Amino acid sequence: MLLVIVDTIATLSGLGITAAVVLYFVAQKFKVYEDPRIDEVEEALPAANCGGCGFAGCRNFAESCVKSESFEGLYCPVGGNEVMTNVARILGREAITQDPQVAVLLCNGTCENRPKTSHYDGASTCAITSSVYGGDTGCQFGCLGHGDCVEVCDFDALHMDPVTGLPVVDDSKCTACGACVKACPKNLFELRKRAKNDRKIYVACKNQDKGGIAKKSCSVACIGCSKCFKVCPFEAITMADNLAYIDADKCRLCRKCVTECPTNAIIEIGFPPRKIKTEETAQANPDKTENKSDNNY
Amino acid sequence: MGGVHPPENKLSTKSNITELPVPKAVIIPLGQHLGVPAKPLVNKGDDVKVGQLIAASEGFVSANIHSSVSGKVLKIDKALDSSGYTRDAIFINVEGDEWEDSIDRSPEIKKEISLSGAEITKKLAEAGIVGLGGATFPSHVKASVPKGKKAEYLIINGVECEPYLTADHMIMLEKPEELLVGIEIIKKALGVSAAIIGIENNKPDAIEKLSDIAGSYSGTTIQALKVQYPQGGEKQLIQAILKREVPSGGLPIDIGAVVFNVGTVYAIYEAIQKNKPLFERVVTVTGKSISKPSNFKVRLGTQVSELIEAAGGLPEDTGKIINGGPMMGKSLASTEIPVVKGSSGILIIKDEESKRKEIKPCIRCSKCVSVCPMGLEPFLLGVLGEKSMFARLEEEKVMDCIECGSCSFTCPSGRPLLDFIRFGKSNVGRIIRSRKQS
Amino acid sequence: MSKLITVSPSPHIHSGQSVEKLMYGVVIAMMPAMLVSFYFFGLGAIYVTLLSVASCVGFEYLIQKFILKQKPSITDGSAIVTGILLAFNLPSSLPPFIIIVGALLAIGVGKMTFGGLGNNPFNPALVGRVFLLLSFPTRMTKYPLAEGFNTPLLIPTNDNLDAVTGATPLGLVKEGLKNGESITSIFQHNGINYTDFFMGSIGGSLGEIAAFALIIGLVYMLIKKIITWHIPVSIVATIAVFTGILWGFNPESYADPLFHILTGGVLLGAIFMATDYVTSPMNPKGQIYYGIGIGVITVVIRVFGVYPEGVSFAILIMNGFTPLINRYVKPRRFGKIS
Repeated sequence: MLLVIVDTIATLSGLGITAAVVLYFVAQKFKVYEDPRIDEVEEALPAANCGGCGFAGCRNFAESCVKSESFEGLYCPVGGNEVMTNVARILGREAITQDPQVAVLLCNGTCENRPKTSHYDGASTCAITSSVYGGDTGCQFGCLGHGDCVEVCDFDALHMDPVTGLPVVDDSKCTACGACVKACPKNLFELRKRAKNDRKIYVACKNQDKGGIAKKSCSVACIGCSKCFKVCPFEAITMADNLAYIDADKCRLCRKCVTECPTNAIIEIGFPPRKIKTEETAQANPDKTENKSDNNY
Repeated sequence: MGGVHPPENKLSTKSNITELPVPKAVIIPLGQHLGVPAKPLVNKGDDVKVGQLIAASEGFVSANIHSSVSGKVLKIDKALDSSGYTRDAIFINVEGDEWEDSIDRSPEIKKEISLSGAEITKKLAEAGIVGLGGATFPSHVKASVPKGKKAEYLIINGVECEPYLTADHMIMLEKPEELLVGIEIIKKALGVSAAIIGIENNKPDAIEKLSDIAGSYSGTTIQALKVQYPQGGEKQLIQAILKREVPSGGLPIDIGAVVFNVGTVYAIYEAIQKNKPLFERVVTVTGKSISKPSNFKVRLGTQVSELIEAAGGLPEDTGKIINGGPMMGKSLASTEIPVVKGSSGILIIKDEESKRKEIKPCIRCSKCVSVCPMGLEPFLLGVLGEKSMFARLEEEKVMDCIECGSCSFTCPSGRPLLDFIRFGKSNVGRIIRSRKQS
Repeated sequence: MSKLITVSPSPHIHSGQSVEKLMYGVVIAMMPAMLVSFYFFGLGAIYVTLLSVASCVGFEYLIQKFILKQKPSITDGSAIVTGILLAFNLPSSLPPFIIIVGALLAIGVGKMTFGGLGNNPFNPALVGRVFLLLSFPTRMTKYPLAEGFNTPLLIPTNDNLDAVTGATPLGLVKEGLKNGESITSIFQHNGINYTDFFMGSIGGSLGEIAAFALIIGLVYMLIKKIITWHIPVSIVATIAVFTGILWGFNPESYADPLFHILTGGVLLGAIFMATDYVTSPMNPKGQIYYGIGIGVITVVIRVFGVYPEGVSFAILIMNGFTPLINRYVKPRRFGKIS
């Protein structure tokens, strides 16, 4: 009995030692030198592996950061300036900063605003729907509502609103990784500069049809009337393809265009309720209130 | 290999081809063919005649477009077409019915072919002929055999395996002589001596009629085929007739075959012998609820709603309107859509038959594998498509899929296999193209 | 138009085939064998079948409703098929708790832990059977003598177990060979007769006894296109060839191929269990490899192993290889450049 136990222990130990020796030499022979800074940089990254930087994962991004001379084209949108500063410190370089951004849905074609004109009965993804036709409403530019964007969001920052049928961005969770921008077959998402208190003013429409047609299919469509363009004091609004576009970098959130829009296609979020005498008051004391509304418009 | 047997429902075989009256206005889309959309040659307010060239082909794989009516160009604007999107189209208001003088409108059949092979190919391009079976591939491209390749057989597709559709069947019954002359024309253009017309056994009258007169055209034979969907697919038809397989990723010409559809052959006959460009086609209007299933000769650009009206009107319980057959046709969101070169039929499906089955989990019954005519594994391709695993999809030959729909048709769990396969295929196609470019 | 028209990708028609139709088709195909078991084992067979089906369906419902919080899908018939198959693999004299445990194992462990219908790697009914076989070896290998409605319903104690039960022909042969008898003498001394195998008047589990009833089921499923011939034929052919070689080598120590095919659930396994959709390969070529694998393993276990019977183990082992077969054995692609 004892002999069996001794035999067993001896055999197993022998095997273990042999394997360890073999493994040691193999590891020595096939050792690959890696810049230790890659690990350090990777450590500093958010480890979300979301691909928002344009690389396959955080490791790839870290490798590229270490290998390249500058941060040209290298930015982690999820970590933002803080993480990029840390990365820059590890590599002993000057950090680059970017304004934080947030994803915004440029469509307000809710079930109410944009009545259905047909019933879609196929696999329920936006990509497949859009390969079949323009969509189940009169607007072929608007949201299809199957939630391809929700599917790709790694940060739980998007969910479908069952009442409106549109996805809603949770600003507190959105990291501007850009996955939804790529996923949307209608290109309805835009990464816009984050303003104070997550305030936003934007044209929630991408309908390029002529005004009359657009308005017929959706009551809050931008009809390209240029009224906002004319009223904007900061030249933040441009007109193209029967659409107005507000440049978030130039917009000073004065809200003049919002009241001007005849179809309510321009949306304002996060502002205090308007007083009777609207624009001037709001513009004069924009920061007095901490009333941070959530985005359920 | 593979294949399914959907109910044939050929309801309109008793109805001869009738000419639909010229509509009041037409909308002629600029992209009616595979390839680059044509470039308009007319402007708002211009007067046009029937058969006048109104948009010119842009590049080799593209096609000319001719006016199907006479009248005034109202505008060039976006219009909804069967793609489900609005695209550029020429709107024409009809005034009278004045044809180009060069078109021979006499009824007699002209048999002798005066043009040479190269001239025929050139004329096909001028007349804007495209494949009328549905793929709308420009015919002059098909008729130009690439260098280093040799055509041995001309195969004429008279299979019409899609349920409901009868347009090709009717052409075979009513225009047999013209078809055989058309075949001679294509033979001359391709430089081949053998032509085989493949017809399924469910059209005995067409087989008989063509066999009767084919004797006087040497080299042209008729081959009866057993009924099976998707035998009308180019690759399947060649396999059924020649017992040769088009290599994966290759073209029929790689194994010496060129396939033309019956409707296209008739259009080619008219273009070459009668000098008539492609501006009208035969369209089947059918469906179980349609009161008069019909085969109409329609001017391109006529709205689908007018065809349905002529076939007895849109039934109250309509659930789906399909451009083409039930297996591969495209469902339309509106009837305000023009008939184009690729419209082989308008099919009305009743509401209760238009909804898909409830989706259940895959039970791995492998029925999709056994019906796939291309020897693929649809259950796997579907899952890979759903998960966007494009590299693996390419490995599993997703690009060979001919989108016949046999897998979705047969799936007992009602899974939308083809939806996801098509999604995967379009993405893999994009990846392959971008790889070639770089 | 008053209501909206439907838009969807092609195809726009469906064959009308459904999971329910397929599953109930299998149930119909199993009817002859079930009726034969009722005929030979009487009330015991009816009770085992009913209890097995009821507990399989019941467990599926309970697990979906209360544990997985899904919409129960018991109407699709797959639990009924599992229940009948499990019953087919049991002797008619089992006490209720063993059957219920078997059903729980089959549905709970064999099917639902993997995500329900379509996701189970192993045939659920066989998971249940093999578990019972290993846990209750005596109970599971003692088969009541086929005495129609005179067969005792329940055999409560272990004392009289041997009196009213018998072994299967395979068991007898195995036992005989171990004792040094020759095949001829085993056959003579136990009165083994091929007509009985065919008609079903032998000891065994409910479903395995009557070859003719199983073959009727096979023909029905082939006509209805529920299954293809590949798996059953390749299993039976492999067993025939393999045992034929051994038999030709020495007919006194190895039983002949027909004996092997007609006994011990080869037909039951080949027709109803190996052909289970979920756990068998997805294309004809793979299915033939799978069938050959089952045939070979079955014979190896029977002839060289301890157990007299090997079909269940063979099928479970090959179930494990199914994903591998699916990955590497592909159907012949159209236009493959060779």
